[in-house]
Amino acid sequence: MRRLLVSLWILVTASFLMIQLVPGDPVRAALGTSAPAELVATRRAQLGLDDSLLDQYLTYVRNLFTGDLGESILTQLSVAETIGQRLLATLSLALPAFVLTFAIAVPVGVAMAVVTRRGRRRRAELTFVGTSIVLASIPEFVVCVALVAVFAVNLGLVPAAGRSGIDSYVLPVLALAIGPAAVLARIVRVEMLAVLDADYIRTARAQRLSALRIHLRHALPNAVTATLTLSGLMLATMVAGTVLVENVFAWPGLGGTIVSSIQSRDYPLVQGAVLVYGAIALTVNTLVDVGIAAIDPRSMIGDS
Amino acid sequence: MRRHRPEVLRTPVGIVGVTLLTVLVLLAVLAPLLWGDRATATNTGNMLAGPSPEHWAGTDNLGRDILFRTLVATRLSLVLTLVATTLGVGLGLLLGLAPLLLPQRLGRLVVAFVNVLLGFPSLLMVLFLAVILGVSTTSALLAIGIAIAPPFARLVHALGAGVTERDFVAAARIAGVPPARIMVRHVLPNVAEPLVVNATVTASSVLLAFGGLSFLGIGVQAPQYDWGRLMQDGLAIIYDNPLAALAPGIAFVLTGLAFNLTGEAAAGTFGAKSRSRMRWPAPASPRPGTRDDADLAADRDGLVLDVRDLAVTFPGPDGPIPPVRGVSIALRAGEAVGVVGESGSGKSMTALAVAQLVEEPGRVTAERLAFCATDLRSGRRAAHDALLGTSLAVVFQDPMTSLNPVLRVGTQLGEAARRHQGLTRRQASARAADRLRAVHLAEPERRLRQYPHEFSGGMRQRAMIAMGLMGTPRLIVADEPTTALDMTVQRQVLDVLQEVRREHGTALLLISHDVSVVSSVCDRVLVMYAGRIVEDLPSADLHTQARHPYTRALIGAVPDMTTDLDAPLATIAGQPVDPRHVPDGCAFAARCPLVTDRCRQEEPTLQAGPVGAVACWHVDDPIPAETEEVAVG
Repeated sequence: MRRLLVSLWILVTASFLMIQLVPGDPVRAALGTSAPAELVATRRAQLGLDDSLLDQYLTYVRNLFTGDLGESILTQLSVAETIGQRLLATLSLALPAFVLTFAIAVPVGVAMAVVTRRGRRRRAELTFVGTSIVLASIPEFVVCVALVAVFAVNLGLVPAAGRSGIDSYVLPVLALAIGPAAVLARIVRVEMLAVLDADYIRTARAQRLSALRIHLRHALPNAVTATLTLSGLMLATMVAGTVLVENVFAWPGLGGTIVSSIQSRDYPLVQGAVLVYGAIALTVNTLVDVGIAAIDPRSMIGDS
Repeated sequence: MRRHRPEVLRTPVGIVGVTLLTVLVLLAVLAPLLWGDRATATNTGNMLAGPSPEHWAGTDNLGRDILFRTLVATRLSLVLTLVATTLGVGLGLLLGLAPLLLPQRLGRLVVAFVNVLLGFPSLLMVLFLAVILGVSTTSALLAIGIAIAPPFARLVHALGAGVTERDFVAAARIAGVPPARIMVRHVLPNVAEPLVVNATVTASSVLLAFGGLSFLGIGVQAPQYDWGRLMQDGLAIIYDNPLAALAPGIAFVLTGLAFNLTGEAAAGTFGAKSRSRMRWPAPASPRPGTRDDADLAADRDGLVLDVRDLAVTFPGPDGPIPPVRGVSIALRAGEAVGVVGESGSGKSMTALAVAQLVEEPGRVTAERLAFCATDLRSGRRAAHDALLGTSLAVVFQDPMTSLNPVLRVGTQLGEAARRHQGLTRRQASARAADRLRAVHLAEPERRLRQYPHEFSGGMRQRAMIAMGLMGTPRLIVADEPTTALDMTVQRQVLDVLQEVRREHGTALLLISHDVSVVSSVCDRVLVMYAGRIVEDLPSADLHTQARHPYTRALIGAVPDMTTDLDAPLATIAGQPVDPRHVPDGCAFAARCPLVTDRCRQEEPTLQAGPVGAVACWHVDDPIPAETEEVAVG
């Protein structure tokens, strides 16, 4: 909990300092060299850039608590509102992709662990590990482009871009999930292999429980505990990964916003987006810690 | 110790990875020289063309050849990757080693800082830095370099801290070697290998990160181009020529693979352990039914466990490994038999085989393997589940690891009863509470709701026994049940086992390396050596009538009240037999004070004597004086 607060504070401060650290005048940079000097001065005043650094910081933090993230330099729309709309579109990609990742990785990883245990079926093991390494080596945006080329351009099954019906979600969600699912399935398998050799699994076998119960009730929770820590990082990465995926699919999400606002130097918008992305990553990590505590009774009292 | 061939090149995976890397480096050097002109030559007459013999991957919106552009872009893509990786690794080294060099408080601050940074996805950090540094190739380079530093720093710190605690570093510190020099001379060389592996994998993610930035338009800026930039341009014309985006995509995949495969092979996680083929013996012809089976049928009816000629084999690189080689055990109801021997003698494997718990690739063969008159060799394993689940209890050595940490004790006790005896959850719970009471655990209802980590070692072992008592066990197989426990708790657990025997007439097969434990509990003792029983005698006669030199040495090795405390503790000279290389003749010959040529050539079999049976050519010879002296103390 303390770490979350410290991290949040650092995030807030860093996002505040971002504008200060931009070399030169951020407003001038955003509006271009041809903008009249009065307009720049007015906008500077609106953004409070002429106040002392401490005043600006305090105002920034105070506004954060009221949900006020300032205004876009270019469009003068409320940053909080823009981000709110875009974030929804982003989460509608990231969350299904996260669920899909688990839905693929856990059964595949468990099945491969059971099948290839103790050096059995070497060929299946090599195929699995090889495939997952190849899949994990392919970056999201390459997956995106390949998926678009095959399913949208060649076969015309689904739209190539944009957010419309349910079929427009298929490619971006797949593109987000494939790589992480490959990595996670490998980790689940390795964890599961370790767990299957544990003494308590031998105990369960000695009690002649059914194979299904041994694998799912006795082994899986132990394997998942170790996997969860990593999947937390994975979800955070996935939220960030939407930046690339949204770019390919022209998805009206936060990722597209952050990129276009970096290019147009719309700093308040970038600031807000960085803040929200960072906060999501931190929250996810904390939630994972809580989730682990719920599954593994030992971690609650710090006994390992 | 330098190997003449690097580990990486010993596996097919490593060879593929290194070959790919080599090709890429050659391309990076040569492609711009060879095809630089053709990659930038515009041809407005042939824009957005599909693949053709002149342009294998088609052309872009200025009529430039996509394939040559992709090949030429190798240099920029790789150079940027290398520079950013070097930057990140350098920063990571600094951040990771700083806590080990700086004063403690400052060091902790650095660690905390790195931990906080680790909480943020690296792409976010890259974007953040790209904002501050502006949109250009150089700033993207810096941004990525800085963003990959924290994870690397953590690895460096973790590895470095491990090494710093070792003796030779402490010695160097005491000798007054300055900290920076200790780092360079002592710490870094010891952590170099994993760091290099990790740097390789990091390089692959840097390649992708840079590609991603360029793809987003905030990395490499036109007119320069790397693969990411090419993909972005290709995406715009994907309907005209999909290869325009796919060709650089393929380049990404191949390069990523080159880094990953090399890293994987170096780390030895994949393919490196491709063991030489395990060999099995040719399938042995089934043994003919033994003559005495029919004769003894009546007598055998009373046996709870009847094992004849039990063997366990595992496949090994040089042929099968036999940890158990022909063991026969018969147990009547209420009888307690102990199996003693050093570690590696095959006693635990015998217990596992009896309990039908030997896992693949191990194989169990026996001339007879019957439990409660049911032949366990026939039929599917699952067919015996109900019988074994209710009538055979197994207690393992380490109670700390034998219970599942994430399930409540009550769940673990009750589930077998629910499966095999058809009890409801409530009935199972009531029975479990009753059983915990039977092994003298106070407040059983509360205990059932607890998790194993809330139990002490002795309580867990009693819970394990209670688990076995959920049915009505005819046999308890206990494999070193008290070894992990301290003396008083040991006594309590053994008492519980004795009680169960008395009350239910349960037979007990007790495996232990501890002769005194076995002789205090059991009626009969089997002494195992190198996978065979070498002596079988009543435990009352163990100290007076033992005839095998190994048994005598085992007894001699147990300190008692008459042991001279100033003399060194008696041990058995030599090493136990490695099951991979069981010698001809008597397996104990190499360590035996009575050894003769016959022992080295002919293996003695178990022969009945006045009080038991023993497998030795020299049963009646006295042990030579000096050895005897050690044995007696």
